[in-house]
Amino acid sequence: MKNQYKKVLVLGSGALKIGEAGEFDYSGSQALKALKEEGISTILINPNIATVQTSKGIADKVYFLPVTPYFVEKVIEKEHPDGIFLSFGGQTALNCGTQLYKSGILAKHNIQVLGTPVETIINTEDRELFANKLLEIDVKTPKSIAVESVDEALNAARKIGFPLIIRAAFTLGGQGSGFCSNEDELRTLAVNAFAYAPQILVEESLKGWKEVEYEVVRDRFDNCITVCNMENFDPLGIHTGESIVVAPSQTLTNSEYHKLRALSIKIIRHLGVVGECNVQYAFDPNSEDYRVIEVNARLSRSSALASKATGYPLAFVAAKLGLGYGLHQLKNSVTQTTTACFEPALDYIVVKIPRWDLNKFQGVTREIGSSMKSVGEVMAIGRTFEEAIQKGLRMIGQGMHGLVANPKLSFPNLEEALTHPTDQRIFAIAEAMEKGWTIEKIHELTKIDIWFLYKMQNIISKKNHIETMKSLDEMDYELLLDAKKIGFSDFQIARLIFNPEPKEIEKYQIKVRNHRKSVGIQPCIKQIDTLAAEYPSETAYLYATYHGIENDIKHNSKDKTVIVLGSGAYRIGSSVEFDWCTVSAVNEIRKLGYKSVMINYNPETVSTDYDMCDRLYFDELTFERVLDIVDMEKPIGVIVSVGGQIPNNLAMRLHQAGVKILGTSPDSIDKAEDRQKFSEMLDRLKIDQPRWKQLSTFEEVEHSVDEVGYPVLIRPSYVLSGSAMNVVSNADELRDYLKLAANVSKTHPVVVSEFIEGAKEIEYDAVANNGEVMFDAISEHVEFAGVHSGDATLVFPPQKLYFETIRRIRKIAKEIARELKITGPFNMQLLAKNNDIKVIECNLRASRSFPFVSKVLDYNFIETATGYMLGRMPNSLPPSMFEIDHVGIKASQFSFSRLSKADPILGVEMASTGEVGCLGIDFDDAMIKAMLSVGYRIPSKSILVSSGPLRSKIALVEPLLLLQQQEFTIYATKGTAAFLKDNGVNAIPVAWPDEADSPNSVELIKNRQVEMVINVPKNLSRRELDNDYTIRRAAVDYNIPLITNARLAAAFLIAISNKKVENLELVSWGEYFGK
Amino acid sequence: MEKIKAKLVLEDGSEYTGYSFGYHGSSAGEAVFNTAMNGYPESLTDPSYRGQILVATFPLIGNYGVPDSDTDGNIQKFWESDKIHISGLVVTEYSETYSHWNASKSLSDWLIEHKIPAISGLDTRALTKKIREHGCMLGKIIVDNDVEWIDPNKQNLVKQVSIKQKITYGNGKHKIVLVDCGVKNNIIRCLLNRDTTIVRVPYDYDFTTEDYDGLFISNGPGDPKMNIETINHLKKAMAIDKPIMGICLGNQLLALASGANTYKLPYGHRSHNQPVILKGTNRCFITSQNHGFAVDTSTLPNDWKILFENANDGTCEGIKHKTKPIFAAQFHPEASGGPNDTEFLFDEFIGMIEKTETII
Repeated sequence: MKNQYKKVLVLGSGALKIGEAGEFDYSGSQALKALKEEGISTILINPNIATVQTSKGIADKVYFLPVTPYFVEKVIEKEHPDGIFLSFGGQTALNCGTQLYKSGILAKHNIQVLGTPVETIINTEDRELFANKLLEIDVKTPKSIAVESVDEALNAARKIGFPLIIRAAFTLGGQGSGFCSNEDELRTLAVNAFAYAPQILVEESLKGWKEVEYEVVRDRFDNCITVCNMENFDPLGIHTGESIVVAPSQTLTNSEYHKLRALSIKIIRHLGVVGECNVQYAFDPNSEDYRVIEVNARLSRSSALASKATGYPLAFVAAKLGLGYGLHQLKNSVTQTTTACFEPALDYIVVKIPRWDLNKFQGVTREIGSSMKSVGEVMAIGRTFEEAIQKGLRMIGQGMHGLVANPKLSFPNLEEALTHPTDQRIFAIAEAMEKGWTIEKIHELTKIDIWFLYKMQNIISKKNHIETMKSLDEMDYELLLDAKKIGFSDFQIARLIFNPEPKEIEKYQIKVRNHRKSVGIQPCIKQIDTLAAEYPSETAYLYATYHGIENDIKHNSKDKTVIVLGSGAYRIGSSVEFDWCTVSAVNEIRKLGYKSVMINYNPETVSTDYDMCDRLYFDELTFERVLDIVDMEKPIGVIVSVGGQIPNNLAMRLHQAGVKILGTSPDSIDKAEDRQKFSEMLDRLKIDQPRWKQLSTFEEVEHSVDEVGYPVLIRPSYVLSGSAMNVVSNADELRDYLKLAANVSKTHPVVVSEFIEGAKEIEYDAVANNGEVMFDAISEHVEFAGVHSGDATLVFPPQKLYFETIRRIRKIAKEIARELKITGPFNMQLLAKNNDIKVIECNLRASRSFPFVSKVLDYNFIETATGYMLGRMPNSLPPSMFEIDHVGIKASQFSFSRLSKADPILGVEMASTGEVGCLGIDFDDAMIKAMLSVGYRIPSKSILVSSGPLRSKIALVEPLLLLQQQEFTIYATKGTAAFLKDNGVNAIPVAWPDEADSPNSVELIKNRQVEMVINVPKNLSRRELDNDYTIRRAAVDYNIPLITNARLAAAFLIAISNKKVENLELVSWGEYFGK
Repeated sequence: MEKIKAKLVLEDGSEYTGYSFGYHGSSAGEAVFNTAMNGYPESLTDPSYRGQILVATFPLIGNYGVPDSDTDGNIQKFWESDKIHISGLVVTEYSETYSHWNASKSLSDWLIEHKIPAISGLDTRALTKKIREHGCMLGKIIVDNDVEWIDPNKQNLVKQVSIKQKITYGNGKHKIVLVDCGVKNNIIRCLLNRDTTIVRVPYDYDFTTEDYDGLFISNGPGDPKMNIETINHLKKAMAIDKPIMGICLGNQLLALASGANTYKLPYGHRSHNQPVILKGTNRCFITSQNHGFAVDTSTLPNDWKILFENANDGTCEGIKHKTKPIFAAQFHPEASGGPNDTEFLFDEFIGMIEKTETII
């Protein structure tokens, strides 16, 4: 096919946020790969610096700029692309593209939108247009009528029929909503709802219906395929991003499957999608009735999942179709011989499970429902539902070992836990089954299809059977094999038979492993080949199962293989940055002539694309499974230092099991991980650290605090799910904390550390070889210590560190690297106050900031680190950070708007879900770009300030004076206003939310009279907290940019005063390096 | 429930042990694999599977039970014929419990009722690879006593599955003679939905004596060359200009009647995801397939053309007469199970009868 496009612009999705995460790194990367294959020059705009798609060799030009109409137009003016892709960057890219289209900018610059036309996108985004569009082809959407009186509501109800759901229009958090099944109930609900809003929606209730999705592809010749269908384990009412999902559907008959499939094709044809699209259905569990809930005319989280579930590269194919290819003109990239115009046949089942981190947020409810709260997901592959779900529950990484044999969760009201789903509902179901509740009862309460419940019951029954065994010898071969076939891990079996002390369990786990190997029970390695073995396939996209008698691949003894352990589910604290690290490592391994093997199970990643490595095991990162794969692959070594904490935690056990760990030795890793050992080492090396103590009684804690003085940082040393770290400033808070968060005892001690106020925090990233630091990168936080390093704003190269500080840090790093004989990446976090340097933490692995510093320096730290681990010397070293002519700023993305009621506050626990990194000619330049990239808007007229403690108040005077010069209206809460007045800033005093006076702070926000809110928490006193919380939450709910840290606020306000958006440098990544 | 061991034995001597979940007896046939992910009630009642031991590559079978044999005007509503035709079923994991509003019994009970042995707990992927590499093989499911090998391709399977006497369905405008070589019910349903009266006749019936507007040659099992009577009748029918449509075996019979040859594919096409290209266009359709034989296109006479071609292996997926209204598809436009993207071919057939414009 002759290609008519020369230069194509691809929009990325920016920072990871709830509802828009790593899946768009995968889809954008594939699209860029597809364009490259066609010889088309590519430009990518994406400020997410930690992504693989913004790495070298993927796009020809990368702009780390906000994906907003303004910046995209500027890039268009500079680059003159002839085509643009909007469908690979999630809702962010779609919204931006739609605006560019509507404002005529695309037409003005003569740019063709590739793939699905914008009109189609608009038709799917607007609820009413969408319903009408589907009505044209007699496709059903949920019946819904907007009414303005109770009588109208009753009329509407007669038209639609009960049961109904009532929603108040234009309210937040579902106020005034509810279900009703007769006119009386409706009347009560409607009266209540009208108290919240002038208009309410009367909608048919589809509660308890199944939720089913189809991934549909169409080319310009009207050829259509459905790549995959998926069935939600949780019935309608729970967002698909919050649901456990299986693929393919398990409870649909042929007739149902193909009815929905045919509808999907009818819809995609009518809408005129070219490329990929997702159709979501509600499906009646008692007939073949259906409703179309949603159509996403772009790549989505579901399409990423479908790609991984089937091996069909949806994004790659969608990009090619956008260029004008027909499906039949493309090859199936798994088999390489058959066509891409087919529908994958699976011979396995996949289960997706969301990963939540709700305990990281204060004030958020654990209930899950129609809005998405999960921050990541896993995909488990098995040949039965039981095998896959148990794998998946282990992958989630919340301390669970499967469905059973877990740490005890408590469900004081089990019935409630079943009817009102939380992130732990699946375990509540297991608990109910263990208690002997019937499937029918559980089905009544949960509406989960009985088929799934039966399968879970199988696991419970097997568990009960295993529990009666007193030894492994008593367990016959069949029982052991059956247990493995339904997903029991060696750990679970060990716990069920021996129930040992926690510290003994690993020993018993190995006993089970050895026993089962001795009787010949081992997993088989199977291929995902898209055609269920109908055609041969060379692609090594693999998973392990116990339902097999032969492996699909053969180990070649001549291969020199290196295994890289991936980073698992995205979660708060570990996301796309580690995917970039693992992909970088795998690339280098291949480049050095080794066979690369990747183990990971996160469907949102690039590392789980089967063409990134020589063999991909889409499977568990557990001790058991990694050993199984090591047995199979016989690698020369395993790399544990690029995938974050999960592989790091496996290092010692793998080492003890005789697995060769490449790079820094596991003994050294242990020395850095073990607080006691590490502290002793620092003392020996005369390196300073904040004073700390591990304590196991109340009295000890109080005594220790007296010694150190408030504030102190306090955390439990043993954490079951989520940590509970906090800073406490007085005796009351300490007592509260100890009562609520931690159960202090000998087995569960707490760690109390000195907390240094007003200290700078420094991030040190480096690569060492044989104990010698080869190169490093030092970044400073904009915020003072106390904000988690994952939430802080990072500047690299540091602009305000003393040379002396840098020199001392390097000296410390040198000593630690030598002492621990580090080979590979490592990271330190340090505090600096007046050149006094204290080490807070040291990780002998890559850190979150590796991709950021690597890209600011245009030198891949991980590639070189991987080389060192394999004994290779690099051809070049990175430039010195002092010679860099630009500044990089990494800013954090928060998803508080998705987390209803959560307090949008920053503290020692990480709360951000993503980040961006922008480059600029100076600090202000990079600062503005970074802040705009994470969703801030530049205020031009008005601001509301409530500035917290004195230090914060002082920090804000200078920037507020600058705003005053620009004739801003500055509103401030009373104390702040008084302080500002004394310092020359004429702020209008406003009342606290709980005061009746006006102007009132919350009213200003609701009426959008302020363009930005700065709210710095002062202390934790109750009234202040409630008021501050109300202001912060209102800002989030009404989408007014909020900053809660004075240092960051000051930096941002100074930057926007110094520099206008029009004057920002619009330079591509390469251009910073003269390329 | 006590598990009963069973084994699958293949022609090459290999044995696979699992558990019986169907009839407690042994059977023999030809082992073939199907990669469809659902539609087991449809497949099991598809007469084209006569004599075959079906290996399901999808590991979970039985999830939604089996619908009952309700009929709607002489035709089962949910089955493709009035009974199970396979000789045996082989799965990785039989779902002992099922859940569906339309189910009346479990797959296991149904198989037992129809005296069909079935075996679960086998690595059907390994088995599929073997069949793919060696070609289709004879197989036996042994639950109790050993049985003799049976090669269904040497039997007149069509005779076994065809009706014995003609039946009429519907009361529509167009009179269709449907030659039943093992017809699937959904072909009848698809035709009845298009204003037709169907006269369903046995495979060896001399339909040239009937008055009709269109002739339909159904799908069916086995080697097409065994159906000499049908081929001879077809030769006569093709001489006149009335529309003829064929499906699957019907495609092969039309080819043979035209003078072309057919051959056995190494392991056939049995799946719901076979892409076929409408020759000379950019249109590619996803089709449901179930056949072990194919038309050798190099032997097609000059007045015939290839209508559809398989996008994966290039085999013949349909033929059409260049001047007369005669065409056939190797795949199953009636689907059931599988995608119904090519159901429009029935419209084409009716269009030929009505002499309106057609696409193909």
